[in-house]
Amino acid sequence: MGIRVDHLTKHFGSFVAVDDVTFDIPTGELVALLGPSGGGKSTILRIIAGLERADDGSVILDDQRVDHLHPRARHVGFVFQHYALFRHMTVFQNIAFGLQVQKMPKERREERVRELLRITGLEGLDERYPDQLSGGQRQRVALARSLAPEPRLLLLDEPFGAVDAKVREELRRWLRRMHEQIHVTSIFVTHDQEEAFAVADRVMIIHRGRLEQEGSPLQVLDEPSNEFVARFVGEVNVFDSVVREGMAEIGPVRVAVKKVESETVVRLVVRCYDIRLWRAERGVATVTRVLSFGDRVKVEATIDGGQSFVANFPRRSNLLTGVEPGCRADVEITHVRAYPVALGD
Amino acid sequence: MHRVSRAKRWGRGTTVLLVAVIVYLAALLLLPLGAMVAQVVRTGFGSLFRELLAPDAVRALELSIILAVIAAIVNGIFGIAAGIVFVRHRFLGRRVLDALSDMPLSVSPVMVGLAFLLIFGRGGWFEPVLQILHFKVTFAFPGLVIATLFVTLPFTLREVSYVLLELGEEEEEAAAILGASPWQIFWRVTLPNIKNALAYGVTLTVARALGEFGAVLILGGAISGKTQTGTTFINVAMEERREAAAYGMALVLAVASVLLLLVLEALKKVEIKEAD
Repeated sequence: MGIRVDHLTKHFGSFVAVDDVTFDIPTGELVALLGPSGGGKSTILRIIAGLERADDGSVILDDQRVDHLHPRARHVGFVFQHYALFRHMTVFQNIAFGLQVQKMPKERREERVRELLRITGLEGLDERYPDQLSGGQRQRVALARSLAPEPRLLLLDEPFGAVDAKVREELRRWLRRMHEQIHVTSIFVTHDQEEAFAVADRVMIIHRGRLEQEGSPLQVLDEPSNEFVARFVGEVNVFDSVVREGMAEIGPVRVAVKKVESETVVRLVVRCYDIRLWRAERGVATVTRVLSFGDRVKVEATIDGGQSFVANFPRRSNLLTGVEPGCRADVEITHVRAYPVALGD
Repeated sequence: MHRVSRAKRWGRGTTVLLVAVIVYLAALLLLPLGAMVAQVVRTGFGSLFRELLAPDAVRALELSIILAVIAAIVNGIFGIAAGIVFVRHRFLGRRVLDALSDMPLSVSPVMVGLAFLLIFGRGGWFEPVLQILHFKVTFAFPGLVIATLFVTLPFTLREVSYVLLELGEEEEEAAAILGASPWQIFWRVTLPNIKNALAYGVTLTVARALGEFGAVLILGGAISGKTQTGTTFINVAMEERREAAAYGMALVLAVASVLLLLVLEALKKVEIKEAD
């Protein structure tokens, strides 16, 4: 049940947009495809919807292969990044469109549209045209329109990309609540990790057309399966080092590394909240900048020997006492992941 | 006061440019139009109407209108179809075809008339077939239709193509996913979105069809009461020194052009209003 994507591959000329991607999503789950722009996430979505044809592989919806089916026969909902509302139709007509072309009787149709207007909080706006709505409202009309024919799968392509930060926050919470109410299997594409973690049950990291890792937000954060995922998710520092007898050295700073053989060249990935520093006259590093971001403070420093890093602190942290640009500091790394560097990389 | 300050800000160079543009436009557009009206007034409306109500004049005008309507319908439909094909589909030779359909804008209509004579005229490629079918193209109504269709080919196509390109495909894709058939998508999403462009293109088509001279002269022969259109009527009337008839017909065509211009302006306003 749900949806299965099986060895999906798609080229655009010589460019590999989707590279052998396989995943399963059980019915009712809300999953994020997360990755940098141009990584193939949207193409996967468009193939599932039938807007693009895969070169290889298949899409299976509710145990039925749909590769040969026209988009209109797939019964999926799609929310476009720029909404794609029908500009010459009112909000009501937009939401009713799918029901109308599927020949739902007028009375039931109106009832269904009223219901969706209520769920999406668009009551009273039904006679407006898309260009008379705010970005957030348009987004909700797009969602209501795609949900009206009760799709078995909802696809959202960067659904919050085109609205400003505050509205985005609201829409996210709202989408999550909405999903808890109607439980339609949903996949949404985003390049914003915060968004993915805030909304999704499960996250799939897509990079250069490949599925790099899938798992719960915490799994992806704490157990990144490769350097790309580790670097992409969360704010990180990257150090070059060599492991000797279970310890990696970054200048004078030493950190324990498990399961890596001696003399291995590694790249160490350390999250900005997994590295700490405090003022110490002798010290092993020099602070270069201190930046305040509301509730957090970022401190940039250079370890003796030349490698720089950023550490995050809560605003009122005791560790920050006396920390200012130019001062010396001691450094402690509390959590690290080491990825062996392939030769020639 | 506001105007004065703005004029000052423009500076002398801009003022000179502005005057030059106005003088140029007046010399090219208003002067001849005014001269024609003056001529008509001098000739007197009485003789003018007499000439215009003569059977050959009425027939010529009728023919011009029929040709314009045919061009509007045929090239309107062609424009939509070709616009969709050129903008929405990718195929070998698309660019070449797309560029070729602008040819009627760049070649002389007289040359086009001659080229069609080679195909349909005496000793032309299709002559044997046409003779068997007893179907006359040149110096007959079909010839006029072909000439008019050729010269008005690109107008609707261009207008519709620009808009289709600007619209993008997302609305159509959204409709398809919502379950609409291609036919439903066309009638309910694509056509409403291009209707202003279509109206604009068709208006240009009608204007061009009414004004065509060279091609309909060569292919039609301007046979009085048979293949004479508004423009070729003027030509013949001038040669026969029936000046009242010539200027009368010219005035009718000019008035038609002005009316079409007003329609175009109105359409532009609708467009701007809808874009707000």
